Amino acid sequence: MNIILKNCKVLNKNVSTLYIKDGVFCDAFDDKDADRTVDLEGKTVIPGLVDMHCHLREPGYEYRETIATGTASAAKGGFTSVCPMPNTNPVCDNAAVVSGILKKAKDAGFARVYPIGAASKGLQGKELAEMGLMKEAGAVAISDDGKPIATAELLRKVLEYTSDFDLPVLNHCEEMTLADGAMNEGAVSTSIGIRGIPTAAEDIMIARDIIMAEYLGLPIHICHVSTKGGVRMIRDAKARGVKVTCETCPHYFTLTEDKCIDYDSNYKMNPPLRKEEDRLAIIEGLKDGTIDCIVTDHAPHHQDEKCVEFSLANNGIVGFETAFALGYTYLVKENIITLEKLIELMCYNPSRILKLGRGGLDIGDDADLAVVDIDNEFIFDKNTMLTKGRNTPYDGYKLYGEPVLTIMGGNITYEKLC
Amino acid sequence: MGLKNKDLLGLRQLTADEIMEILETAKMMKMVLMSGNKKTSHLQGKSVITLFYENSTRTRLSFELASKYMGSSSANISATGSSVAKGESLLDTARTIDMMATDIIIMRHSQSGAPHFIAPHLNASIVNAGDGMNEHPTQALLDMFTMYEKWGDFAGKNIAICGDIYHSRVVRSNAIGLNKLGANVSVYGPRTMMPIGIDQMGCRIADSVEDAVKGADAVMGLRVQLERQHKSLFPSVAEYSQFYGISPEMLAKAKDGALLMHPGPCNHGVELPTCVYDCDQSVINEQVTNGVAVRMAVLYLLNARRNNV
Repeated sequence: MNIILKNCKVLNKNVSTLYIKDGVFCDAFDDKDADRTVDLEGKTVIPGLVDMHCHLREPGYEYRETIATGTASAAKGGFTSVCPMPNTNPVCDNAAVVSGILKKAKDAGFARVYPIGAASKGLQGKELAEMGLMKEAGAVAISDDGKPIATAELLRKVLEYTSDFDLPVLNHCEEMTLADGAMNEGAVSTSIGIRGIPTAAEDIMIARDIIMAEYLGLPIHICHVSTKGGVRMIRDAKARGVKVTCETCPHYFTLTEDKCIDYDSNYKMNPPLRKEEDRLAIIEGLKDGTIDCIVTDHAPHHQDEKCVEFSLANNGIVGFETAFALGYTYLVKENIITLEKLIELMCYNPSRILKLGRGGLDIGDDADLAVVDIDNEFIFDKNTMLTKGRNTPYDGYKLYGEPVLTIMGGNITYEKLC
Repeated sequence: MGLKNKDLLGLRQLTADEIMEILETAKMMKMVLMSGNKKTSHLQGKSVITLFYENSTRTRLSFELASKYMGSSSANISATGSSVAKGESLLDTARTIDMMATDIIIMRHSQSGAPHFIAPHLNASIVNAGDGMNEHPTQALLDMFTMYEKWGDFAGKNIAICGDIYHSRVVRSNAIGLNKLGANVSVYGPRTMMPIGIDQMGCRIADSVEDAVKGADAVMGLRVQLERQHKSLFPSVAEYSQFYGISPEMLAKAKDGALLMHPGPCNHGVELPTCVYDCDQSVINEQVTNGVAVRMAVLYLLNARRNNV
């Protein structure tokens, strides 16, 4: 498909027209050779976003999401590459499951899917999963997400073994013995009688991971950082040269624990929403480069798993279709970071950490892009989402930066009907 | 005046005026209760269902008697012996009860926020009879009614609450309600049972039982769930009663004639010894009677609101 995008602002480029042929950006061609010419009316073209932490639920939990619905949702959010975590059923702990995911993703055609393989067989925290074979099949990183890599001894083995295969390790940081709760521990959890998860549960595990990475001289990536203490430790570790990288999610810089006061399970996730001081520390970490990436942790759940008593509700919220707009509205529009920096957080850095080679807008690069409307406010309506999940706390939010067109490999994967 | 909301979810949702109206109404209900003829017609033609997911003696029976004294049709459902045991969800169970033209559902549930979760889905009024570690509003109302009968006023009164603060919905409701009426609440218990941020609910965190009860107008013990010992929240019953129990010596540090209270059931010899339970200052048995009066008042006011809307 030959596509011409006219009247656009292109991030960091002094052009107003983009030409796409055979899936890549190319030199100008004649209008009459175009299958499709789109007048973008001054809207902004950014490289296709990369989400290095999401849950597509397939195989095993297709009632929550399928690879097709999940990647369609990702495309609507401006993502062209997504990395699903391995907590599927069966667990993505072997090459066959990796291949199956890739096959489904290819058939769906909405996004590049880069599976993350389990660190331990069955996510059980005991034996190493077949990481080398998973890499051969297409896995790009290793994680026991949902849980931390269970013991310091196993973490050491995983870091050492993955280094042979140049596979990044992403760890969910939570000291499980302290984490028997449903929201952040503090005055709010005490007030409404919900068991709390202390920030110490996250911080202790981040400390363990940093110490192990430093000792071995090997890299580690910390998932969804939500605490002030975590940001501080990672900042200090980076300053001493420890090969640590990390990510956070839009909810950790937009929401705080007090939202849980009415027991609305759309504010229940893990790590939990923290205090304002944590939210501000996350923003500071995004600003000064301590935090490398913004990920969605897109976690669709069925209504029956959320419309229950707060402590019994599943953790997690959907995120693809709000992530960019939240980043744009709360960070760029507030003059905390630039749009370039937001793209670094949502595209270049995840691509670099996982060695995906995404984010290019030059001639010859794969035509992965999103068009975003940064000038007009829109009201986010959860019923317009393409994900099967409806578990979002952002329904009715007024935001800027709506993705209106997404192209992956030269194919239009999402287009807002005007 | 009357109550603003359809449901009684907690004291958090009530204003000081609403709390006082409940207490004043309870005064009248207590007169009914103490009279030879306990039958009124306030709830005639109304249905009141108790839905209990946790065990209860006092709360359940007092609600049931309160509703019967006032002439309602009432029935009881418990988690065992209903479709709950077949795995029916809370929402489905509550809707099922609601669809039988039920007027008031009184629910106890182990999960904090369970009544808040179902209330918006129902026509019936929900009365929270205890939700997890969150609130137990009618217990606090009966505690406050007991104080109100003795004192006639709450301003500047000091209430000491000792024991397992962390797991106690009684503490939370009392702290919220007593603060709204101008009383001061001090709490004390093992640090392992003291929730972070309880001071932000308007409680003073005391340093010892003595510090908590010194100068108190009322001293409230809380039941210690003995199984907590196995979760390493305290090492032994002997140690607990020595350092955290309300002994006669400790009670003597309170004001002369201070009320000794306990929501029950009591572990004698753990949170307080039998001699304290039975002492002249103890109003533990009166609390039980007042529980019926207060629950009659709550049912009366909620029903009045339903009739007016």
